[in-house]
Amino acid sequence: MAKTIAEINDKIRQGKAVVCTAEEIIPLVRQKGLKQTAATVDVVTTGTFAPMCSSGAYFNLGHTKPRIKMGGGRVTLNGIPAYAGFAAVDLYMGATALAEDDPRNKVYPGRFLYGGGHVIEDLVAGRDVRLTVNAYGTDCYPRRSLDAWVRLADMNEAVLFNMRNAYQNYNVAVNLGEKVLYTYMGVLKPRLGNANYCTAGQLSPLLNDPLYRTVGVGTRIFLGGGQGYVVAHGTQHNPGVPRTAGGVPRVPAGTLAVMGDLKQMQARWLRGASFTGYGVTLAVGLGLPIPILDEEILAAAAVSDEELVAPVVDYSQAYPNCQGETLGEVTVAQLKSGEITVAGKKVATAGLSSYTKAREIALILKEWIVSGSFLLTEPVAPLPGPASGYAVKPFQERPWTPSPETV
Amino acid sequence: MSSRRVVLNFPPHLIDQPITYHLIRDYDLKVNILRARITPNEWGQMVVDINGNGENLERGLAYLAETGVVVQPLDREVRWLEDRCIQCSACVAHCPTQALTVDRATMAVAFHRDRCIACELCLNVCAYQAMEMSF
Repeated sequence: MAKTIAEINDKIRQGKAVVCTAEEIIPLVRQKGLKQTAATVDVVTTGTFAPMCSSGAYFNLGHTKPRIKMGGGRVTLNGIPAYAGFAAVDLYMGATALAEDDPRNKVYPGRFLYGGGHVIEDLVAGRDVRLTVNAYGTDCYPRRSLDAWVRLADMNEAVLFNMRNAYQNYNVAVNLGEKVLYTYMGVLKPRLGNANYCTAGQLSPLLNDPLYRTVGVGTRIFLGGGQGYVVAHGTQHNPGVPRTAGGVPRVPAGTLAVMGDLKQMQARWLRGASFTGYGVTLAVGLGLPIPILDEEILAAAAVSDEELVAPVVDYSQAYPNCQGETLGEVTVAQLKSGEITVAGKKVATAGLSSYTKAREIALILKEWIVSGSFLLTEPVAPLPGPASGYAVKPFQERPWTPSPETV
Repeated sequence: MSSRRVVLNFPPHLIDQPITYHLIRDYDLKVNILRARITPNEWGQMVVDINGNGENLERGLAYLAETGVVVQPLDREVRWLEDRCIQCSACVAHCPTQALTVDRATMAVAFHRDRCIACELCLNVCAYQAMEMSF
């Protein structure tokens, strides 16, 4: 029995929609079968909470008296440089931005205790943040400097705009080398000392809609504790990868670009993170609702950790040198058991994505839908799918050489 | 050479005495101050690493006791700031004593203080500054 999004929204408005999380749906489908479950369940909610580096926020601070042109000048928020290459008082703060005087990895491994992700967390928490501006001054924007406190509530717009979130599947990172590695996948002990993974598995948004049948441009989502939207496919979107029989990518594949009003969000779902030896980033909470329009969509949303696989990648050689080799596949169920076997050796696993927070997000989204405060959206356009030919490319390096005239 | 990491508690009447100076000058000890909180008319506290020849070290500690400084062994303690923890489990594979564990049914992270040996390995592994060393 096929349903439409409009029909599901009617049920949501009447308080009659049946909603399950992507975890709750698994035993239900096993007990009642696809047909009966698809007839009764209207929406499956997903969730993920993990570091997502290609995140950031833009702000409009309002005009000072006299006016100042931040565009083309130098701007910092709590000492962290913001990108100001826009009109007078628009800024963008990226999650991985660092203070100019941060020691970075000069004393290796660096601690990276504060950066762009933490500025976003501080603003969302309602804290005062110090703004400094050095501007060049123009006839229409005469002011040249500003040093003041700012806070989220006083800004005109404050919008989280993340160009790549919710990676569909991710590498399991190990270290075959002889020294400790400090990576964005955490600290990796030498000689297969540990295996770090980053997925919410059976709760993960894009692993539950693997062929992007319901998610698309304009899909309303849980973002950072507020309601946001899918803007487009994210950067590095790569749908044409090998997939399981259920259509789930066996390696990193699809991504989402998302946005949402930062003023609605909560600091507990947007957390600055400091990766020793690597840098700063932002942990983002994101949840995608999946309308159960037919049995096929339900079958995909009922996927369990036992059926999901991730590639094991060596971060001492293969990853940094972009060699694309893997050391095999493991299931998410194995990863979550605390131990996997790589090259015949038992290796302890550690997660970077919080499964308990992913579950909490899926439950919050469920509650929003059940209570009628969150309606589903029809996608305005689909995301590039597996057959689209859309693919990620490596950098084509054409080294610069001086032309004869300039020498 | 011997070394001792201790907590020195200064009664208010000793705050204006140059005790550390005497420890260094009179007993030839290397005093590394790890943490200090000294304010007038209050008990002060200093966490120090004292290095020196064994006999001098014992004499120095005896001097401290004689002046009225209360010397305590340092109980280093790692604290888990539960509200900062996002329950990612990145620390668990690094903890040598299973003081940090995951309940595999719920995937919730827990800290068992009694098993912690304060090795500090988790401090650099936690991206959210949820593990803290307290002196």
